[in-house]
Order: sequence, then C-alpha cells, then structure tokens
Amino acid sequence: MTSASTPEHGQLAQALADGIVQIREAATSEQLRAVVSALTGKKGPIASIKSSLGKVTDIEARKELGQLVNDALTALNAANDGRSRELRAAEFLSQIESERVDMSEIAMSANVERRLGRMHLVTQAMERLEDVFIGLGFQIAEGPEVETDFYNFEALNMPPSHPARSMWDTLFVESDVEGSVVLRTHTSPVQIRVMQDWPPPIYAVMPGRVFRKETPDATHMPVFHQIEGLVIDRGITFADLAGTIESFTKAFFGPGFTSRLRPSYFPFTEPSAEFDIRRHDGTWIELGGCGMVHPHVLRAGGLDPDEWSGFAFGFGIDRMAKERHGINDIRDMYSDDVRFTEQFS
Amino acid sequence: MKVLLSILREMADLPNDHDAVALALNSLGLAVEEMDVVGVPIPGVVTARIVRMEKHPDAAKVTRCFVDAGDGEERHVWCGATNMQPGDIVPLATLGTTMPNGMEIARRGILGIDSEGMLCSEVELGLSDESSGLLILPAGSPLGVSPFEVLGMEHDVIFDLDLTRNRADCWGHLGVARDLAVHFGVPLRGPRIASMSSGSTKSLDVVIDAPEQCGSFTISYVSGIAVGTSPRWVSSRLAHLGMRSINNVVDASNLVMLETNQPNHAYDADVVSSFRVRLANVGETLTTLDGQTRNLHADDLLICNGATNVGVGLAGVMGDLHSEITDKTTTLAIESAWFSPDPIRYSAIRHGLRSEASIRFERGTDPNAWQQAAERFVTILRETCPEATLHAGATVVQTASCPVPVAVDVSVKRVESLLGIHIESERIVSILNSIGFATTIKGDVVTSIVPTWRPDCTQDVDLIEEVARHFGYDNIGKTVPNSTVHGRLSNMQARRRILRRVLVGLGLDEAMPSPFLATGDLATVGLPEDNVLRIANPLVAEESILRTSLRPGILRSLKYNQSHRAPQIGLWEIGHVYPKSDQQLPDETEQLIIVVAGGDVETSLAQWSAICDALSVGTQLDQSRIPAGLHAGRSATLARGKKVVGVVGEIDPLVLDILGIEGRVSILEVDLTVILNEEPKPVQAKDINRYPSSDLDLAFVLDDTVPASTLQRALRQAAGKQLVSIDLFDVYRGKGVAEGFRSLAFRLRVQGVEATLTESQLAELQKACVAAATKAGATLRA
Repeated sequence: MTSASTPEHGQLAQALADGIVQIREAATSEQLRAVVSALTGKKGPIASIKSSLGKVTDIEARKELGQLVNDALTALNAANDGRSRELRAAEFLSQIESERVDMSEIAMSANVERRLGRMHLVTQAMERLEDVFIGLGFQIAEGPEVETDFYNFEALNMPPSHPARSMWDTLFVESDVEGSVVLRTHTSPVQIRVMQDWPPPIYAVMPGRVFRKETPDATHMPVFHQIEGLVIDRGITFADLAGTIESFTKAFFGPGFTSRLRPSYFPFTEPSAEFDIRRHDGTWIELGGCGMVHPHVLRAGGLDPDEWSGFAFGFGIDRMAKERHGINDIRDMYSDDVRFTEQFS
Repeated sequence: MKVLLSILREMADLPNDHDAVALALNSLGLAVEEMDVVGVPIPGVVTARIVRMEKHPDAAKVTRCFVDAGDGEERHVWCGATNMQPGDIVPLATLGTTMPNGMEIARRGILGIDSEGMLCSEVELGLSDESSGLLILPAGSPLGVSPFEVLGMEHDVIFDLDLTRNRADCWGHLGVARDLAVHFGVPLRGPRIASMSSGSTKSLDVVIDAPEQCGSFTISYVSGIAVGTSPRWVSSRLAHLGMRSINNVVDASNLVMLETNQPNHAYDADVVSSFRVRLANVGETLTTLDGQTRNLHADDLLICNGATNVGVGLAGVMGDLHSEITDKTTTLAIESAWFSPDPIRYSAIRHGLRSEASIRFERGTDPNAWQQAAERFVTILRETCPEATLHAGATVVQTASCPVPVAVDVSVKRVESLLGIHIESERIVSILNSIGFATTIKGDVVTSIVPTWRPDCTQDVDLIEEVARHFGYDNIGKTVPNSTVHGRLSNMQARRRILRRVLVGLGLDEAMPSPFLATGDLATVGLPEDNVLRIANPLVAEESILRTSLRPGILRSLKYNQSHRAPQIGLWEIGHVYPKSDQQLPDETEQLIIVVAGGDVETSLAQWSAICDALSVGTQLDQSRIPAGLHAGRSATLARGKKVVGVVGEIDPLVLDILGIEGRVSILEVDLTVILNEEPKPVQAKDINRYPSSDLDLAFVLDDTVPASTLQRALRQAAGKQLVSIDLFDVYRGKGVAEGFRSLAFRLRVQGVEATLTESQLAELQKACVAAATKAGATLRA
C-alpha cells in the first residue's frame, strides 16, 4: 500500500471525517437528507476531489485515490443508513407517544360496544337438539301447524270420539266441517306426513310449534314447542328405541347421564313408555314419551307393519331451555322483553 | 287414583315396604305421583286426661290445663284452644317430641310459667288439613297410649297413581294388586270374602230397554240390614282414598267400588223392587244425589223403578236423591251393571258430572265382577250388620253389547323381533297366565283369552306390551339401529340457519310473539282482515284470529320494549302465517319480519342487502307498488320477476301513531318459501383480470320521479363487460340543481378484458355511458 502523499489525500480524509460528523449530528430525517445531499452532491467535497483526479499524474496514485473516493462514498452512505434508521426509530417513537389513547374509553364507546342479536332460547335449544340428532344420523322434517283431524288424531290411532283425544286440550279452527281442522296439539302428525312422503328407511326428527287450549302459567303456554323422533326400518326393536334414547341422552346432556324407560300409554305407540333422564346427582327427570309405532299408525302412513317396524319419541323443547338457563317462569321466555333476551349471549 | 297399601296387602302378600312397592308400581307403568305415609304413631304423643283448667288473669287468650297422662304425674300445659273441658281425653305431645311438621316441643313459658308439653289438634298430628280445636278422644280411652291406637287408625301408605288411559282395570285395587302380585311372585288372593250361607232365593225383576247402552244389569238381594255408622277402619280407608263416610251401607258400596272397580248402587229393596233400564225422555228431570235437578237428554241412560217407570238413577253417573236408603232400610237391592263406555262419557260431559262411577264406566268395567262385588259388599256389611244375608238367585240380564272374552294370537317370533329380546315361549305363557290371560301355545303361536277386565287388549301388540311390562323394560337391552341413512339439514334448513346468523350478526333479537290476534289487530297495522281463519274455541276472545301477517305481533313487542325505555330495538321473527285458502288447510307459509325502532328505509335496505348477499339471492325493488300499511313514500315491494316476495321500507307513520310507537320504524318482510328453497349453483371461478383498471366519475342530474336504479341500469348496460363495479357515491339536492331534480354521482370502475384500455377506448366508453344516461332522462352535470 502506497502512503498518502498528494494534497487530495489529505482533503479526502478531512472531507470524510467532517461528513461523518455532520451525518451523526443531523437531528432530523430532513436535516440528514440535506446534509447527505450536500456531501455527496455534484458540488460537494467528494465530487470536487473526484473531478480533480485527472490532475494526478501518477497512475498508481490516481488509481489509489479513485479507490479511496469510492470508499469514502460507501462510508458516508453507511453512516447515512445508520443515522437514518436511528432518526426514524426516534420519530416513530414520538409519533406513537403522541397517538396514545385510553383503550377502555374506546371500548366503552357506543361505536364499539355493539352486541350481536340474540336467537330466542327456544330456537337455540331447537338447533342444539337438531345438531345432536343429525350427529346420530337423523334428518329433519317439518309440517304444517294447522292440521286436519286426520293427521292430528285419526291417523295416530284415535278415530273420532276416541276417549284418548281428551289427553290433549285442542284448539279447533273454524272450518266447513266442524272439528275437522285443528291447531296441531303435538308434532306427531308430521310422523304420518313423513311416512307418506319419504320412502323408508326413515330416520327423522320433527321439531316445531304446537298448541293447546291452556291458560298460561309459570310452566305452561298455549303455544309451545316439541321435538318428535321417528325411525322406520326393517327389524327395528324396542331395544333399538332404548338404545337411541340412551345415545341421545349422552350426546345431548353429557356422558355422565343415563336414561330409562317406564311403561306408559299413548294411542299411537305400543308398547309405549315414558323416558326419564338421570342427572349427575342421581335424581331423575321425566323427559318425554316414546314407543314402538302402532301397526294402525304404520298403515295410516301407508306402510306394511309386516315389513316395517319403527319407534317414535317426543318431548318438549321449551322445558329444555327453561332448565338450561334456570328460568323460573316460562312466560318470561315469550315476553319478547329485550331486558330478558339480552342476558343470553 | 289413590290406592292404599293396606288394601293391596290384603289382596296379596306384598312386602310391607312402601318404597319397594312404589318402585314396582313405577316399573309396571302405574306411575306413583305421590306417596303419603299416614297414621304413623308419633313417639312422645300420648293420651292424657284434662284434670282441671284455670284461667290466668294476665293471659286471656290461653287456658292453663293440668293433665294426667296415666303416670300419676300432673303436668301443666298452656293451651290456646277452647273446645275442651275437664275430664276430656286429648292427645298430649310431651317435652322433646318432634311433631310431623318438624316442630320440637320445648319447655316454653308464658308469664314465666312453663308449659310441659302441648295439647294437639288433628292438624298438629298430621291427620287433617283443618280442625276447630283439640282432638277430643272417646271417653274412657286408656291414658298414656298413642292416640292413633285409641282411634284404631291403621298405619298406612297412600299411593296416588297417575293411571294411563288403557289401564281401566287399575281403577280398582284389585287390578293394581294383580300386577304387583306378579311382580313380587306371590299369589293373588283378591278381596277377602266371608263364607256366607246364602239366604232363600230372591230375584227381583229387571228389564233392559236400551240393549246397546246397557250390556249387563245385575241385582243382588240382601236382607238383615240396619243402617248405622261404619267401623272405624272403613271410614278411615275411605277418608284416605278421598271419600266421605256416609253410613255403613253407602260406605260399603263405595269401598267395594274402590277395591274391585265395580261401581254399584244399593237401593232400598222395599221401595224399589223391580228395575227398568231405558233411555230418558226429553223433558224428564232427575235430582241427583248432589242435590241438582238435571234436565235429561234423549241419550241419557236412566235406571227406573220398574213399578213406576220413574228414574231412580242416571245410569253410570249418579243416583237419584229421593231413592237414597234411609234409616228405616232393612233390605237392599244391589245394582252392579256394565254400561257402554261412550254413552256414559257423553252423559257425564253433558251434565258436567264426572263421578267416581262414571270415571270407571267410561274406561270400561268388567261385566263379570258383579258377584265378587256383591259378596265383598255383604262381607263388609257383616261387621255392622251380623244378620246381613246375600240371597241366592241374583238377577242377571245381559244383552248383545255385553263384552265377552276374546282370543288374541301372537307369535313368539313377533314378540322377540318387536322387543329385541330372546324369550322362551314358556315365559310368555307364564307371564300372560299370571295376569289372568288364559294362554296356550301351539307351535310358534301363543293364544290368549283376554279377561273381560282388560278391554284394552284386542290385538297382538297389546299382548306384546303385557309381556314387555312384566319382562321388565329395564331387562330389555339397549342397542342402536344399523342405519344406512345419514344425518343432515336440508338445503332449506341450512339456509334458514344462515339467515338466522345473519340476523344475529346485524344485531337483531329474535322475538316470538303469540300467533293469535284479536279482531282489529290486522286493520290497525293497515292490513286486510278478510282472509283470516278464526279459532272456534279460543282461550280468550283477544286470541281468536290466526295471524296472516307477522306484523301486528312484532310491532306489539316493539311497542312493549319502547315503553320500557329500551331505545334502539331491532327485532326479527321467522314464523308461520295462516291465511285462508280454498283448500281444507290454510295457505300456511314461513315468513321473515324485521322491525327496527328508529330505523329508516336505509336500515331495512341494508338488512336486505346483507341477507341477499348471504343467501345468494336478488330481487328487484318496485316502488310503484306501495305495500299496505307502509310509508307510501318510503317503501317498495321486493319482486322476483312477477312474483312479489316481500316488502321493504318504513311503517306508515299513521300506523305508528295509532300504536303509540315513537320515531320511525323500518320494516323488512319476506316470504321465505321462495328465498330459502332456492339452491344457488356453486359460483364458477373467473381468472383475476390483471390489467390496470380505470375509474370514470360521472355526475348526472335526474328528475326525482325517475328511480336512480333506472340510471344505474342504463350505465351498467353501456359500460358492458368492461364494467367491474358501479357505485353511487354522492347524491345532492340544492343549490345548482333545479327543484325536483337531484344530482347522482356514479363511479364506474372499468377494465379491459383482453388488454389495458387505451385513452381513446376510455373516452369512447365514457361517451357511450353519457349517451345511455341521456336516453334514460339524465343530464351530465357540467
């Protein structure tokens, strides 16, 4: 390496040293930009040294000086990059400081504190039940809420004047033939419609609104909801009914729950049963009714009892919602009172 | 229906463990609603004689009683009752006794004078729900013993059974005991019958003029009667079973009914010595035992005195007041009949009189129970009338309507395949025989003669149910069917769920108002009422119309919330409406409604836009058709082609005023049958157009009477396939725009399909757009 000997060497070293100091001392990005463009611009010290390169006669020395000029520019650029980063970091920091907000204040503002709507508790319960039954391989059927006497009673093994009709307090709809149109007292008429419309095998649940002539009180409403299940297949047994109820119990309430069947009576099933669910604490709650579809009902649905057998079950949905949320008075659930509704997110 | 453990245990050797019996009853399908243990002696309560009584000058309302409980020690007790006097024997609860209500008898004082116990009323002993003072025990009763013992009260258990409609036989203890005997594997004895030498033959005349309604009518003659009070055990059992004690004859009649399920009636045989059963004549009256004079109906069945043809009882329902037995009665004609269930049921309904007898007849009684009933009747009477004699030669008249035992077949294979169990044919035969079904087997077929007390059993599934009950539902396994069906929501159901979630996402709460309306509710909201269906037997008149629109109900809910100072309420409902149709059933459809208090036309349009996006549907807005009940200037119908599927906008301010709702209310109503049943095809992907796009901002002045959508459609067509999007970004009325006009500024983003659009292509496109707008009646704003 040749030692620095030309006056340019000295000027370059000085310019570089001064430049670095100026860059370091720039206080803002703007200042830095001005400093850097002054140092490296066409009229800057480096440029003037570069332009005097031609005057150096010694080829080696000129070459060396040229290299030193490039090195000086690289060094200045590096210093610029470093200082620029420092300055921007500082500037963002002050911007961030200046933009500081109270998040809790914003969280409380009307624009932010916006709740979603609520589905009715019955709808929520209905969807939960549907989902469990879908998981157990059931499809979902629906039917009209205003029904004929045939579907609501007669096809369900309750011919006209059958005493069991008094098990339901029926609301009748005015019609040409008195008593021939009713507000369905249960979801069971959908069983018949499904048997008529769907080719077996049938694995269906039928949730829906039902009606009774009943004065509202804390546990009863004249309009409420039931879910009905129907299975029709070859070789369906009472044991299949018990097992399906058990599967549902565990799937819906939890693995610690069990079920039992007790003999009972419904005109549309035989053998018939009530089914109870055993809670964790060992107490039993009565849930609903079930049984093997009566041969008369299969026939009314257009199915041959010698070929097909099946079971049906049904229970109230409103009570599920009532129990789940600890509601004391079922009328609250139907009040449409937002003060009540908004509790249930 | 109440049954007593004491009576059941007389009929069969059942365990003296009421919990075990209750479990058995439940498992047999005879659901125990309530179980009540009665007559249990209370340790510490003893009989005591009031020796003397004193008043204290400072305690006017209480009396100081000094009592002797037989131990020679005189105890002092304060007493608030007034019905006692010295010498009376009363129950004394001694110190430390825990009363049935949980109260403990402690040494409590009044005026510093201690009470060493408490004198008791029937209420305090748990014997009754009401009393008018202390229980005064019979004079001469022993002292220091349990008052229950003195009263001859049995320790007993009352089961209140919730009987199902099919178990007519269990309206008597005998039917319940029969099931329990099988369950516990003990023989059924039935009611105790004293061996009685029948007196001389005595037959009374019976004529049946109504053979369809009356299948059997029997009269047994009993002599040696003295009418008096019943033994304590009879009146006590009746009281436990909810019946009042009248006299020894009536009580025996009632107890026999409760035991054997055979309703019966005892006439004074000296007054009524022949019988005629006929239909009542219109205009005929009868005063029943409850003192009510009843106008009879031509379908009412009447029991008449054969001599006079005057009614002595409304058959199967209640006896005649004037034909009651009297103190002078010495001979009885005991009627035990079988009546057709339906006529009795209708009679009871017509007269609003459901008696213990009618409840049993309308379910179906056993036409062959009469003899056992008569013998049991006399057995009970013998305790008070040792001379009571049941005479031979009872009259039995039966008609064609009298049920006869029927044979029912069931194959063993069917029992097994329906229940999903393995069961030996011998087990089936043994179960059915044990409950009185005379059963034989031949090959695979079991044949049972169904006893006449089980009218519910008429076909094979009935027998299968009996086998299942006694096999035990708990002993049937739990399996799951081997299904080939997969569970899923239908397209419509899945779309309904999407819709619900969109509504919830829009911050709207689901409402579920009553679907019943009052007359005028529809008119109030501006809707017609001529296509409604009415409920024939509404609970209340205000709920007699089936809704044809969700609007009245949800607006009522909105108003309700507004009156409770809930401000910005948004409610929705998805529910059925039931307009009248020309078919038997209404034109029932599922509808959606959304109302927002304080919302305006923009609110409802935004909601509809979100729903359309979520469900991939679209509709045309038609403001030329003003929906009934909506704001005429701020509402439109939603149409798909020619079909109207809904309305959108604001509620008519006049309607809001009538309803008393403040502010604007936005509304969206959609018929979901169309919207939810659609099955949008999967969208096919298009390649991303990577050519740069350009925006054309064009403002037009347009007459207020021309919808903006007309202009938008024109622009859309003019821009053609180069159009990426079109947004109305500014609407301006005022200075610089003539009255009756507004300026509409659209931003059209356009993009070349095969290459970047050149300046000249853009200019051309703009020219075409302006031309189309001009044609649509708009003027380019300079």
